[in-house]
Amino acid sequence: MASFIDFRNPPGSDNRADRLIRATSEPLWIRRLLIGSVLAFFILFLALPLLVVFQGALAKGIGTFLRSFTDRDILHSIQITLLVAVIAVPANALFGIAAAWAITRFQFWGRQLLLALIDLPLWVSPVIGGLIYVLLYGRRGYLGPWLQAHDIRIIFALPGMVLATTFVTFPFVARSLIPLMQAQGCEEEEAALTLGAGGFDILRRITLPKIKWGFFYGLILCNARAMGEFGAVSVVSAKISGMTNTMPLEIERLYTDYLFASAFAVASALSLLALVTLSLKTFAEWENKRQFEAGQRSTLEPTIETAP
Amino acid sequence: MTQKRHILPGFHLSLGWTVTWLSLIVLVPLAALIGKTFSGGWHHFWETITDPQVVATYRISFGLSLVSALINGFFGFLAAWIFARYEFPGRKLLEAATDLPFALPTAVAGIALTALYSPNEWIGKYLAPLGIHVAFTPLGVLIAMTFIGFPFVVRAVQPVITELSADVEEAAACLGASRWQTIRHVVLPPLLPALLTGVIMAYGRAVGEYGSIVFISGNIPFKTEITPLMIVSKLEQYDYTGAAAIGFTMLIASLVIVLIGNKLQSWGNRFRKHS
Repeated sequence: MASFIDFRNPPGSDNRADRLIRATSEPLWIRRLLIGSVLAFFILFLALPLLVVFQGALAKGIGTFLRSFTDRDILHSIQITLLVAVIAVPANALFGIAAAWAITRFQFWGRQLLLALIDLPLWVSPVIGGLIYVLLYGRRGYLGPWLQAHDIRIIFALPGMVLATTFVTFPFVARSLIPLMQAQGCEEEEAALTLGAGGFDILRRITLPKIKWGFFYGLILCNARAMGEFGAVSVVSAKISGMTNTMPLEIERLYTDYLFASAFAVASALSLLALVTLSLKTFAEWENKRQFEAGQRSTLEPTIETAP
Repeated sequence: MTQKRHILPGFHLSLGWTVTWLSLIVLVPLAALIGKTFSGGWHHFWETITDPQVVATYRISFGLSLVSALINGFFGFLAAWIFARYEFPGRKLLEAATDLPFALPTAVAGIALTALYSPNEWIGKYLAPLGIHVAFTPLGVLIAMTFIGFPFVVRAVQPVITELSADVEEAAACLGASRWQTIRHVVLPPLLPALLTGVIMAYGRAVGEYGSIVFISGNIPFKTEITPLMIVSKLEQYDYTGAAAIGFTMLIASLVIVLIGNKLQSWGNRFRKHS
């Protein structure tokens, strides 16, 4: 039932209706106190850490800041980060579409178990995401001797970093598509089928346009995590600057070498990526909601992080 | 929701791909973890995970995480409440900023928090004269854990507050309840499961967190070391069995946390209008 009381705009005038309004909202001073304390929390925990990064990056002047990005090792770490993301993100995107198609369009034995397993990388420590590959492919791991005999390096090299990144970003696209496709149903796909469309035609012309904003949402979150991952990658990387360092690992190297200005310069680039990701994500949520409200209620909630 | 449908094409292709990729990335490596854990025998496993230095990390990782989750429960609830109920300038911006800890790389958060709270820096210099030291103390670990866990509670609670029917609050007010009584007896009970779910998820994240903590903690044995760091240091000594043992223990602990979270969530869904 629609309420005649607008929670968000309690008017300030004093009449009888207003007494009821005040009874379903808090007094002004409490509202101000609550907003004030949340604002203080946001400034302390979210705004100041961001500011200190940019301040640290520019502390020694814009010249030093820009020079950081001509450093050979830092440039190399940017390349490695991009390379890892370029492999891991599309791989998980394809997996996400396949998984969402299988889970939302068909009923089969083990479906719930599959869903739970897809979620696993969200709740284990990222360090475990690196550890498991070391145990499998590392020198003393199960496949280590065989790999060594064939001169294949996975751990302490690029393949291991790609694998660890793929692990931690594994559920992102799948988790943003599954609730969306579940709620949308598949009547349109079935209609296309009866009209003679083939499988990939259906996917390309019916399903993908319907899920594009949810897909985009998953992609940018997947990408942000892939470029920013630290724990999992630090376990499988040899951490040699100019060789196997991603940007987050390069930040650690610069920071422990007391090269604070450079460390914060690289950190500011990643912070910028985070801010762009947040804006795009918010935009995708709005677009998805708008596209979806024509049909049913929005399903981007709960977001992938909130569903354990 | 889906009925038994095998009309649409692509079942074998999509499921085959899903299971193959899942096996390559998650299942087979996880089997290696379980295999390595017990390759040294039960005795060795027990000795590793009850080593005094490792046990000291449980206090930090499992104990301090709980404190951080409770702090986030409080502020996350407040944030969710004002986002859902109040209109004020900058609300949309704050809402979007809530997810910053998800988007900001943990290493960046780590050095940023360390810089803020070091004795000569922005916040640290005001705290140091008061005798409060944050960087390289458990308090610093707590701050990092609070930072990364914050969005979970807001994301879990806010949709439920939005869905709350205004009618019951009006009814309570009409029946003469004060605002505090209404909140205490009418508003809070249906929100409790979502709040607990959010707190549990923030807890789970804080337990496993690595990147944002290791910079500010200083990694002092028996004082600020966290359990994931024990895995890293065992691996650095090429002690694969030891690293696997601690990793396996953390995996089980996280599994328990996530199961409790799922239980709470399905309990909470019973109170919700949709789903």
